Amino acid sequence: MAKANFEVPELQQYLEVPAVTPSTMAHSSPFVSRLEFQEPLGFPGELADDWQARALDKFGELLGKYRSLRVYLDSCVKCGSCTDKCHYFLGTKDPKNMPVGRQDLMRKVYRRYFTLAGRFFPKLVGAEDFTKEVLDDWYSYFHQCSQCRRCSVFCPYGIDTAEISMAAREIMDSIGMGQKYCNEIIAKVYKIGNNLGLPGPALLDTLEGLEEDVYDDTGVRVRYPIDKVGAEILLVTPSADFFAEPHVDGLIGYGKVFHEAGVSWTISSYASEGANFGMFIGSYENMRRIAQRIRKAAIDLKVKRIVFGECGHAWRVAYSFLNTLAGPWDFLDSRYPVPQHICEFTHGLIQEGKLTFDKSQNDDKVLTFHDSCNVARASRMGDRPGGQFDIPRAVIKAVCNNYYDMDEETIRDRTFCCGGGGGLLTDDLMELRVKGAKPRVEALNNVMAEKGVTHMAAICAICKSQFTKVLPFYGMDMEQIVSVHQLVSNAIVLTPGEDDEEPEDEDDENRDAEDDDDED
Amino acid sequence: MSFLTGLYAFLFYFATVVLLTGLIGKVVQYARTPAPLKIPTTPAPLTKGGVALRMAREVVFFESLFRGNKWTWIFGWVFHFGLFLVTLRHLRYFIDPVWLPIQMIQPFGIYGGIAMVLGLAGLWARRFLVDRVRYITGPSDHLILALLVLIGASGLMMSFVVHTDVVAVKEFFRGLMAFKLNPLPADPFLLIHLLLVAGLMIVFPYSKLLHAPGLFFSPTRNQVDNPREQRHIAPWAERLEQ
Repeated sequence: MAKANFEVPELQQYLEVPAVTPSTMAHSSPFVSRLEFQEPLGFPGELADDWQARALDKFGELLGKYRSLRVYLDSCVKCGSCTDKCHYFLGTKDPKNMPVGRQDLMRKVYRRYFTLAGRFFPKLVGAEDFTKEVLDDWYSYFHQCSQCRRCSVFCPYGIDTAEISMAAREIMDSIGMGQKYCNEIIAKVYKIGNNLGLPGPALLDTLEGLEEDVYDDTGVRVRYPIDKVGAEILLVTPSADFFAEPHVDGLIGYGKVFHEAGVSWTISSYASEGANFGMFIGSYENMRRIAQRIRKAAIDLKVKRIVFGECGHAWRVAYSFLNTLAGPWDFLDSRYPVPQHICEFTHGLIQEGKLTFDKSQNDDKVLTFHDSCNVARASRMGDRPGGQFDIPRAVIKAVCNNYYDMDEETIRDRTFCCGGGGGLLTDDLMELRVKGAKPRVEALNNVMAEKGVTHMAAICAICKSQFTKVLPFYGMDMEQIVSVHQLVSNAIVLTPGEDDEEPEDEDDENRDAEDDDDED
Repeated sequence: MSFLTGLYAFLFYFATVVLLTGLIGKVVQYARTPAPLKIPTTPAPLTKGGVALRMAREVVFFESLFRGNKWTWIFGWVFHFGLFLVTLRHLRYFIDPVWLPIQMIQPFGIYGGIAMVLGLAGLWARRFLVDRVRYITGPSDHLILALLVLIGASGLMMSFVVHTDVVAVKEFFRGLMAFKLNPLPADPFLLIHLLLVAGLMIVFPYSKLLHAPGLFFSPTRNQVDNPREQRHIAPWAERLEQ
């Protein structure tokens, strides 16, 4: 079990709504960004003396640019429907982590400076001056929101706290109070091309290594191409897929699916990142700039289609925003949606009967599936509402014999966030991440006890990294979290190409032995 | 013309102007503010008809609240539906002859008044009994509940205990609509009732009562889920492309 210098919540059999306990997380605050990370994004490096006036200017500007912000700040009636829905509240008991509590941090400033009632009767309507203390509260609690939108599902007016926290972060960035983790990463994307700062040669090296591994493993030459001009498909995937477990097993899976589909594909070293942290910081301009890289890569590589790998918020930006930010995509093949999710791609092939699976390869596991928040509540797959729930499950069930869902109230559009989304996947927020994971881990724990589930599959790089890190705090194994296309990769039966040797018996035995190791 | 009649006439003209200008101003503001990104809470309808249906379910049944909290839903829905019936019943003070459906709704309007007050009582109780709701409740939340409860209670008093001259009340309001002053009966419950209603009309555009128009402009509820098929772009975002 991982060591913690804070109290790890105890898992319960039923979801317990804690009693309100103010300020339990007032100390939680991520590292503040520095000039070197602020500048490339167009933000000032530090807080200036006139920060308040500048913040209010920005606030006014955003109120005119985003209808969501204006309507949501006006409409809340304090009904309380959202109060027990946020995983951070459930895990920390801090009332400022109730969605309405978080919104009110911004609403009280909005009322004070932008409404008649707040200008004349501040006490009556809970309006407050924008002081440094309020700003510090903003910095702390708007970095305790993973923008998962669970609250918006239950709000009678659809108030989405993600919209509020994005606006708050944008205002804070504009006055030089950015968050180091997000802004450093975005700066890296601009400079090197991906979140992890992997340069092109390193990527090439990694992908060649993967080809060798897969060949050693299967005797089939599966290609993992990079910067191949004229390929049919451009694959855009989170950079975690290039090296970390269990992400890379997913990437291996995508390659095998493309191999079986018989389509040519490529990764771009220029746009070697699916993630778009511009969304987390609420910056349309930065989000657009990051998305435009994909457009340039698609044009330069002369591809016909774009497919996204397993990544939650990347899929939200891809599905919901890419057309807006980097479209129109009229130069691509119009027979396919732009972009497509790798699960849609694989599912389509399964339905056409083009893939053969040996499901028994996953018999060492009993699976469940974690709906990632951005996929579940902010996007779609396929041509029907809810396809984002059904398609990944259909893919898993096509490649695994043992599958059980977690408690119905914790999946699909009611899914609980992993606790690390929205730009919070940083070590300086570990306490928040562990506590915020509680509702999801609880549901996982229950389905493990009741159905003997051993592994949880996910289609989001952040979810996978987060669970890998926090499951040990709850006494679980980090390897219990797997990629959906890792399962596909295990079960898919590959067709040897012309240049492949017939696998020798000896190799087969070695492979079996390795599989046995995996079971341990 | 008595001082009282003049005062209430002025009050209602004033309240009507505040309500209409304030509300129209807000609706225009909402309508003019762009929604630059597609952010429907999914699963979301794929067509405009589907969105209309989703919105209708929210407006009529409070679908999301039902999923969120059953107690708040039942009290909230009973209150709003009661208020709806009461409002329909009160139309008789403004139209002549009274339309048949409004005539038929009259007895139900009384039940509506009772339901409204009971629903409000439940909602108010939650503000004391549930610690999370207590934490988010401010003075203005109590005041609006008090305002609505007193409006309901004073109205019910006139229905059941101290009747007022409803014919004269109708004359008064019909007169106001024709810019003519007819005497208003000086019954205490009527005066309280009308004073509070005017107050409600005045605070409407400046308070959380804006949730009523707000719902229709909520992008998470009113957007069609078709971002891949149709490019959605705000005017201010389009300027970035040049």
